[in-house]
Amino acid sequence: MKDMMLLVEPLIPALRRYARVLLRDRAGADDLVQDCLERVVARWHQRRTDGDARTWVFSILHNLAMTRLSRSRRGWYVALEDADEAATAAPPTQEHGVMHKDLMRALDTLPEEQRSVLLLVSVEDLSYAEAARVLDIPIGTVMSRLSRAREKLLRATEAEAPAAGSRPWLRRVK
Amino acid sequence: MTGRPITEDDLHAYIDEALDPSRRGEVRAYLDGHPEVQHRVAAMAVQRRALRSALAPVVEEPVPPELSLARIVEARQSRWRGRWASTWRSAAAAVLMAGLGGVGGWFAHGAVPAASGIAALKEEAAANYQVYAADHIRPVELRAGDREELVTWISQRLNRPVSVPDLSRSGYRFMGGRLVATPHGAAALFLYDDDRGTRVAVLVRPMEVEGDTPMSPHEEGPLAGYAWADRGIGYSLVADAPSASLHPLANEVRRQTDRVGGS
Repeated sequence: MKDMMLLVEPLIPALRRYARVLLRDRAGADDLVQDCLERVVARWHQRRTDGDARTWVFSILHNLAMTRLSRSRRGWYVALEDADEAATAAPPTQEHGVMHKDLMRALDTLPEEQRSVLLLVSVEDLSYAEAARVLDIPIGTVMSRLSRAREKLLRATEAEAPAAGSRPWLRRVK
Repeated sequence: MTGRPITEDDLHAYIDEALDPSRRGEVRAYLDGHPEVQHRVAAMAVQRRALRSALAPVVEEPVPPELSLARIVEARQSRWRGRWASTWRSAAAAVLMAGLGGVGGWFAHGAVPAASGIAALKEEAAANYQVYAADHIRPVELRAGDREELVTWISQRLNRPVSVPDLSRSGYRFMGGRLVATPHGAAALFLYDDDRGTRVAVLVRPMEVEGDTPMSPHEEGPLAGYAWADRGIGYSLVADAPSASLHPLANEVRRQTDRVGGS
């Protein structure tokens, strides 16, 4: 129990952040994190000790989020349009408030699977291998989703301020 | 230069600051020679930083009390204390009734079923799950590799052929099993786990009463399960998992034991 407190407690703020961006709903995200922590407590002793606790906890949260999102699509939960728009955006007093808002809007246009990869890697600092374990996909898929996510995000924000034209860059090497 | 071509994966790892210093140097040299690629990589790196700073305030927020880990642990422990107390009370009551039944004779059939039938089986499965599935050192007495020995042992003690249900097609590996005690004699406990570490237990024992009972779901605290009896043998499948996810597993066990029993 003691090692669980030491390993899991510091993750809670990051879990809240990941859940909040995925659900775009502050209260719903915290409910999800609570569900996740209850499972972590219940299954701590069943965890494979060779695995990393953070990856394991994030995979539980991610799976819960996907279940919740697929239910909400079927109308069981609050429709996403009704979700708190400011839930994930930084406070307006923030220095680059406007830019952040555009970025959040662009992030929302990404498909679920690309957004998850981008958040785990770029924001939560998981390695590519860890993100692959959380999402239960091969590393190659992590890389291609990351690449597509970044391209799309760039296009979405460049569309507003067209830059030096978007030339194709390196082809992905398989 | 090692001469290894720069891949797109290298560029992302560069953006994520995940390259070792020598590869990082090679990517930087490549970018110096390819201004358009450099432009895009730089734009993506800016976006990465913007995303991080936009989302940084969330982790600075104080964590609400509902998400206090200590509180969640405590709530769970007190739930279990309550659960255990009632499990022990009913186990004690069952033993007492069985004793009275033996001594009094007249007590025999009327009262016993409730305490030894399917309801009892469900509680026994949950109690055994709580003890053995939670065990980190030795959840099973005989491992999957000793399946034959396990089957021989269990079949001898339960006095009838017992086979080990195979849940591998549902994503659960057989871990092994053991003989366990219940207030109604010996039972077999088989354990399974999946890639995420979720453990599922199947408890099997002879049923003196309610020996043919349709499958029904049950919940014991945080555990969910399904129990049924077929030709004098009772089965209960339990796990710390949503009930809906266990139903197909229980159906699979029933299908297999039905086939074995029927042949």
